[in-house]
Amino acid sequence: MTPEFVTVKVQRGAEGENLRMEEFDVPYRDGMSVLDALMWIRTHVDSSLAIRYSCINANACKECMMRIEGRTQYACTARLETGGATIEPLHNKRLIRDLVTDIVPPKETLGNLLG
Amino acid sequence: MSAPTHLETDILIVGAGGAGMYAAVAAARGGARALLVDKSLISRGGSTIMAQMTVAVAMGEEEPDHWTHHLADTLTAGRGLCNEELSAVLCRDAPDRIREMDQWKVGWARGENGRMRQVMAPGHQLQRCVYVDFLNTGPAVAKTLRTQVAQGDNISRVSGLTILDVVVRDGRAVGAVGMNMEDGSPVTIAARAVILAGGGLTRLYARNSASVNMNGDSYAMALRAGADLIDMEFPQFFPIGHLAPRLVGMDPIMWDPFRYKLGGRLLNGNFDEFIEHYGENDSGKYTSMRDETSYAIWKELEAGRGSPAGGAYLSFEHIPEAQLRAAFGPVIDKLAENGIDLTKGPVEVAPIAHYHMGGVRVDTRMATRVPGLYAAGEAVGGANGANRLSGNAITEAFVFGERAGRFAAEDIDQETLVWEESDAAPILEALAALKSRARPVDQHRDATAGKLWRELQELMWNDVGLLRTDEKLARALGRIRDMRRNDLPALRPSSDAGYNMEILDWYDLRSGLLVAETIAAAAINRRESRGAHQREDLPNQDPAFEKNQTVALEGDAPVLGWMDVVRAPRELLPVEAAQ
Repeated sequence: MTPEFVTVKVQRGAEGENLRMEEFDVPYRDGMSVLDALMWIRTHVDSSLAIRYSCINANACKECMMRIEGRTQYACTARLETGGATIEPLHNKRLIRDLVTDIVPPKETLGNLLG
Repeated sequence: MSAPTHLETDILIVGAGGAGMYAAVAAARGGARALLVDKSLISRGGSTIMAQMTVAVAMGEEEPDHWTHHLADTLTAGRGLCNEELSAVLCRDAPDRIREMDQWKVGWARGENGRMRQVMAPGHQLQRCVYVDFLNTGPAVAKTLRTQVAQGDNISRVSGLTILDVVVRDGRAVGAVGMNMEDGSPVTIAARAVILAGGGLTRLYARNSASVNMNGDSYAMALRAGADLIDMEFPQFFPIGHLAPRLVGMDPIMWDPFRYKLGGRLLNGNFDEFIEHYGENDSGKYTSMRDETSYAIWKELEAGRGSPAGGAYLSFEHIPEAQLRAAFGPVIDKLAENGIDLTKGPVEVAPIAHYHMGGVRVDTRMATRVPGLYAAGEAVGGANGANRLSGNAITEAFVFGERAGRFAAEDIDQETLVWEESDAAPILEALAALKSRARPVDQHRDATAGKLWRELQELMWNDVGLLRTDEKLARALGRIRDMRRNDLPALRPSSDAGYNMEILDWYDLRSGLLVAETIAAAAINRRESRGAHQREDLPNQDPAFEKNQTVALEGDAPVLGWMDVVRAPRELLPVEAAQ
């Protein structure tokens, strides 16, 4: 049976802060992606949730990579399971905040430009 | 307030999609130092990378063609409102850019004879659209230009730097102020010229095929810097955006190339063809233009003949599987992963906000009326009139990007770098003020920003969308002004320093709301239906409105005006055109 809501657990907090898991109940729609759920949270519950994405659905920009149920995936192509999901930032990249990690190529950073 | 990081360059380029990257390459080729910045990641964040297929260009590889034929089709599609000088340079320069991209090994699809493949697309009289297989035009273009940018000695690039406003001194663009997304710190940039290449505004609509960055930044920054805009009442609705079943990992406009290559039948909820009922002959060829097809689908929906999810059916059931696979290879597997088998049933499609014909008013050197300020790509208005011909968007990214970079590099020979901190101070103070009214840490969960965005998107979709009336437009305009005056100033972002999405939301909304107001106001003034601007209460095209509408900012308020359409001077047309 299709559930009305699905609980997602999202890692919150910035580099150097107390990291914590927060739960959100997200209305479930058939076929929805994990990014759909995260965008729903930003729109309806907490706009401060930091995520990196731009193309939304096309899997073209490749910016929304994160850990979903312990596996590295694109949030825009990972389907939200009816049993919910645990969503964390990439482990092998420096954490900036919430689900955003430093994936900027080294030659495209402000720090690099300033030498 | 800590001192901002300060950068200096010859030419600052805001937005690193196809137009911005081409501008950087051309500026560097012209001897200038270019600084290319993007609020997202370089080459990834704009619309270019999402383009799936067609790039319109008169290469004449499949059948004889000439850029003046491409121009003729562009002007026909534009419903009398194209700035013909801009359209002419768009079509004339296009083959050079396509050849240059070819030399840079973008990989245009070629037939066994070695010639570039060119397909027919709606509104074109000839097979004119080049592409990269399979549905890979945008990613291939983005990668190719990213490589060129990376190899340019004089090009610096910064990802995650969001530009807040252009800095103007004595009426001239002299740089910009931005914010480094990673830590929220302010950045000032002195430049001898600024090119706005931040794309369009389709994020303002609830149903859109945009990247999240398409919130009208370039238009709003141009307005605030003193430039004017043109044709703002003409956002384009792509007729057959994917609707159902939920499909992930594909751009919603993906069905267009399927139709170009394979045909495909558009059916209403009763499985009947219907485009013919709206005066168009579409029998199996899909030659009707975007504005007409969108209108027809919407009217069927209104008449209660929509598909279950609220659109139309698109069917490829008559195409053999082998032919599907030959045309789209791995894409067929992607569809299978989404539970879609085109041989077994139709998908549902519906109009979706896709592109903006309007934009910053420029001359053929891509210069705005503000010295030192240029625009490129979708940020430019005028070349596509009231309705863009399919395939012209990537073309204009290349052509206008190259021209903006080249001419800006030429023009700065007369200009020195001028920078006074006081010129940037108001922009920096506004950022500091926004941060200072951050809500307390314990008021963590708050979606005021997200809800305001959603309200704006729903309002634009319902009242300033595909079918307009005075009543709907007036209601929308009133609410948009109210949001600008009351809701936006009341927003309190979170206090997070790093990657603060709500500060970004605030600036995105500031631009989005200003631009939304220009669209609604311009749509009220255009008392006719033409191209993408369809008025239910004024259904006919009126020759008296064969003119362009401009918008400038006076104080905080957009002020509208009319101007005559720029017609192409004869000297722009070569001898062959007379044949």
